[in-house]
Formats: sequence, C-alpha cells, structure tokens
Amino acid sequence: MIAEYEQLNPHRWVESHADYLYAYTISRINDEEKAKDLVQETFLAALEKADKFEGKSSERTWLTAILRNKIVDVYRKKSSGLVTTDIHQAEQEQADFFNTDDGHWNAERAPQSFGLDDHDPVVHKEFNQILQQCMQKLPGLWMSVFTMKHLDDETTDIICAELKLTAANFWVIIHRTKLNLRDCLQKTGSDYGTIKENTVQL
Amino acid sequence: MGPLKKIQYNCKKATFLIEKKLIGHITFREQIELKIHLFGCSVCRIYQKQTGKINEMVHQLFHAEANTDSRLDDNFKKDLQDRIEEELNKN
Repeated sequence: MIAEYEQLNPHRWVESHADYLYAYTISRINDEEKAKDLVQETFLAALEKADKFEGKSSERTWLTAILRNKIVDVYRKKSSGLVTTDIHQAEQEQADFFNTDDGHWNAERAPQSFGLDDHDPVVHKEFNQILQQCMQKLPGLWMSVFTMKHLDDETTDIICAELKLTAANFWVIIHRTKLNLRDCLQKTGSDYGTIKENTVQL
Repeated sequence: MGPLKKIQYNCKKATFLIEKKLIGHITFREQIELKIHLFGCSVCRIYQKQTGKINEMVHQLFHAEANTDSRLDDNFKKDLQDRIEEELNKN
C-alpha cells in the first residue's frame, strides 16, 4: 500500500491541487457547482486508479488528465442526442444574416466597423466583458467546440473524435459560432456606444 | 451561375472559407475563390478583419482567465480531503 503511493500523496491532494483543478474547470465550464463536482470526482477516480500511476508525469499533470477526460464527457453529453433547443435558437438568430437567394449579407445584419479595432485599453476591457456575455449565449455544443479549439488548442481531428462530430459538422459549427459571436459583439457594442454617448450628453 | 460567379456573390460561403482558413486550411482553389470574393466585397473584408481580431481577444481572455485564481472555499476543501481520507482508510 505504502509503496503504491510513493509518487502520489493523496493526503495533500486538496491542499496542493484543488484550487488549480477548480480554476482549470471554471475556465472551461462556466458553472461553479458542476466544477466542484468534477474536482471531487477527479480525486475519487484518481484514488481508484492510483496503482496505475507510473510516475512518468507529475502528480498534477496526471490529475489534470483525469479531469480533462471528465470535462470532455460533459461536452460530449451536450453534443449527443437530438438537436437541442439552444442550437435551434442560435440558428434562428442568424437566419436573416444572408439573403436566401444570392447569399449576400442583408444590409441590417452586415458587418460594420464598430470600434473593435480601438486600441484604447478602457474600450478594450469593455469589449472583453461584452465578449464574455456573448459567449455565454452560445449553445452548449458550440461553446464546447469553441473552448476545445481556442483554449486547449486541440486539433480538429481530436475534437471531432472526442465529440463524435464529422469534420463537415465541425466547420459548420465553427462558422455559425463566429457569425453569432461577431453579430452579438456588434449589436451589444453599438448599444453600449449609444448609452455612453447619451450619458455624455446628460 | 458558374462556380466562380457563385462564390463571387456568396458571402455565406466566403465567411465560411474565412473561418476555415483562420484555424485550418483551405484548398488552393478555395483560396482563389476567396481572394476574388474579397476583392469585390468590402463587407466580407470587414468581417475578415473583425473575426481575426475576435480570435485574438478570445485567446487572450481564455488565457488570462486561466491565471486568475478562482478558489474553492475552505469548508468544501476540508470536506473533500476528509472524503479522500475516508476512501484511503477503506483499503
């Protein structure tokens, strides 16, 4: 028993790694309760397979790998089954982006410059907040794909395999996610601009 | 409508190719089609600029977030370590 734990020290797991694992989860799954559950499950699963730990990686790396698999499981659940209502809604939202006949942008929804290129750090910070709000509106599956791509820099092949998506599906999701995200930024960004102008006028 | 005409006037297809090019790769043919489209479409040129910028922002945001310390509360941690000890004692 003692020999088994030569490399692992479960008595200090929480102290050494719990905050790290929690922060890792929160940045991937924006749900505090779910994140706590996943951290707990990770430690318990790790205990069960402690004898399989070969000491080739650090304790933290090993625990993180277990956690990551659990996070992907959560993503996978979001992507399985029927097309969920949130995806339907998000698709509705972009139904009038393009003219159905020629595929050209409809004037009201067409991209316009809106200060995204502003280098003012204050404006930049505001846009970061808007960006976070806009990401939260994305359907679960889209957000999962988006996070795996942009946070974990996973390859397309790995994401498709883990979420059981076809490559064609993957690219459609990437495209749609971006269309909605950009539109949301433009809409919210210019609303914000209007509010700011009004405040100045008052 | 020939294939070239089609892409020339199709912003939906063009934005799809822009996204694919940004994080993957598109064929040589697709590159030509996209170039021709962008040459004649100022709206998609704005889109291309903005979507690249959004990727940069997302990247910064995600990696800044990973550094901020979201912390667990002490009670939760204590319970968790107790739970681990309990499991250890079972064996």
